[in-house]
Amino acid sequence: MTRLAKSWLPFAALAAIAVFVQRILPTAHLTQITMSLYYAIVVMGLCLVMGYAGQVSMGHGAFFAIGGYTTAVLTTYNFAPWKQSGWAGLLRQLHVLVLKEDLYGGELLTTTPWTAFVVAMLLTFVAAHLIGYPALRLKGHYLAMATLGFGLIVHKLVLGSTLTGSADGITAVPPWNLGLGLVVSGKRVVRVQNYYIAVVLVLLLLLVLRNLVQSRVGRAFQAIHNREAAANAMGINTSAFKLKAFVASALLAALAGVFFTHYAGGISPSEAGAIKSVRYLALAAASGMANLWGAAVVSTAINFGSLRGWFGSLDQAVFGALLILIISLAPEGPLKPAGLWLQRALGWLVPTRPAAPFPTAPATPGAAPRAGE
Amino acid sequence: MLLQVRNLRCGYGSLEVVRGISLHVRAGEVVGLLGANGAGKTTLLKAIVGLLPPWRGEIRMAGRPIQRQPAWRSVSHSMVLVPEGRMIFADLTVRENLQVGGYHNPDRALHLDLVLDRFPRLRERLHQLGGTLSGGEQQMLALGRALMARPRLLLLDEPSMGLAPLLVKEVFAEIRRMTESGLTVLVVEQNAVATLHIADRAYVMETGEIILEGQAGDLLHNPEVKRAYLGKGHSAPNA
Repeated sequence: MTRLAKSWLPFAALAAIAVFVQRILPTAHLTQITMSLYYAIVVMGLCLVMGYAGQVSMGHGAFFAIGGYTTAVLTTYNFAPWKQSGWAGLLRQLHVLVLKEDLYGGELLTTTPWTAFVVAMLLTFVAAHLIGYPALRLKGHYLAMATLGFGLIVHKLVLGSTLTGSADGITAVPPWNLGLGLVVSGKRVVRVQNYYIAVVLVLLLLLVLRNLVQSRVGRAFQAIHNREAAANAMGINTSAFKLKAFVASALLAALAGVFFTHYAGGISPSEAGAIKSVRYLALAAASGMANLWGAAVVSTAINFGSLRGWFGSLDQAVFGALLILIISLAPEGPLKPAGLWLQRALGWLVPTRPAAPFPTAPATPGAAPRAGE
Repeated sequence: MLLQVRNLRCGYGSLEVVRGISLHVRAGEVVGLLGANGAGKTTLLKAIVGLLPPWRGEIRMAGRPIQRQPAWRSVSHSMVLVPEGRMIFADLTVRENLQVGGYHNPDRALHLDLVLDRFPRLRERLHQLGGTLSGGEQQMLALGRALMARPRLLLLDEPSMGLAPLLVKEVFAEIRRMTESGLTVLVVEQNAVATLHIADRAYVMETGEIILEGQAGDLLHNPEVKRAYLGKGHSAPNA
């Protein structure tokens, strides 16, 4: 197999699985898979921070919530009382605000989803820098503590503020028209379409992240994770790199939050809870940390089970048991041994060339596909 | 003068480990820094590359003061540290280790070949993980990785550590050979004899201060060296 084919094979396989899943599952179940795919994006971002930059974030639920709540607040807040003012007119012309009718024929002047998306990303960018900059200049796991505190603050803020709907959260978030006839919305007619929007988004981000970790930047990440002092001596600005990884993963979490909120039509404070952050963290660990494919597949599968309610009220317990099983049986993530097993099975079914008496090609651990590739 | 250290003081917490050290390295020289365990040699190197902020004193590289620079900038001042215990990136392949070494070198692809020509053993092991190499090979990889940055000054911390005597000879011969292409080396070592055989000059350190300096040939026959090398209170019988 050529190298090119090999590097595209996982994408083709994942796309094939996605189509297969859509064919066999009842359409109603696609809703939960779509949500799980958005959650998987958060876990993929955490893989970058944990597996490649060697840092732990306990606040990714908060970044997801920042994304979700920003778009929810902006796209539902009614600016109609200021309709006549100059700035509102200007913003309408710039397509920042849009005038609609609500259910009862009242006027509704709200922010467009695209604008809300940009604002959400900018807010997250600033927040991630504010948390990450001081915490990552210190050695050790200060980031974990800082993000834990940050997550608790965000959770209390969205719970306590009327702007974010307090304990009820925000509902009636409008669909997000992406253009090209694509609409992010949970309506039944676009359920299949939305499933594929999520699948393509995950595949696209996997592609971007894979290219990132295989580049010079990715090697630098691995060097930092391996031996920070030595990476420093090689001229790598380790704290700047860790900050970039952290900010990038926070942006991914917020991106997932924005898509999720438009898809679900709302967001509730539980999305910002510490338990959610811990769950993302645990899923990243169970996926093998530096294993982006694992993150996408494992996290989607486990979250799907939870959202379908397979485990009922025992959900958290089953989740915990699954994590213990995965981490003790396959510490590098379940995809790795499964892949090796598949390779062996294929080799047994399709005998290739007879083994050379002396290995000419480098038959070493380094030649085997490594985590995250 | 390539590297000049003047009156450098630094340490950890309130503990002063380096107590006012001055030394210099001229371009093209191999300079040894000898001393027993705990003399402060590694601390001094850390301060030079910026892994440890100096308390007082001055460090100049090619005339420019660099004592307030973070460690990752040391490479842009054309100095590279080969850390104690080699610090290979164990989970990266030999090739990736070298590529990380050339992180700031725009010609790293070309340079990779030059480094591999110098260390043919690394070429054989190119796709092997760094952590699976033998001690001697890891030291070669650490040297090769440092060369990937095209430094003018190479700072070596205990290159003989954990190596069999035969390998020590091989590694040191390689260090000497590297200077033929214009490289300057400051080597920190406990193995005084091996170092003095390849060095032009050397300093001897004891409890954070320099107690002796001179031409390598002279120091090799100096009874003080033996005493200092063994540490205080361990005077050699005929000293």
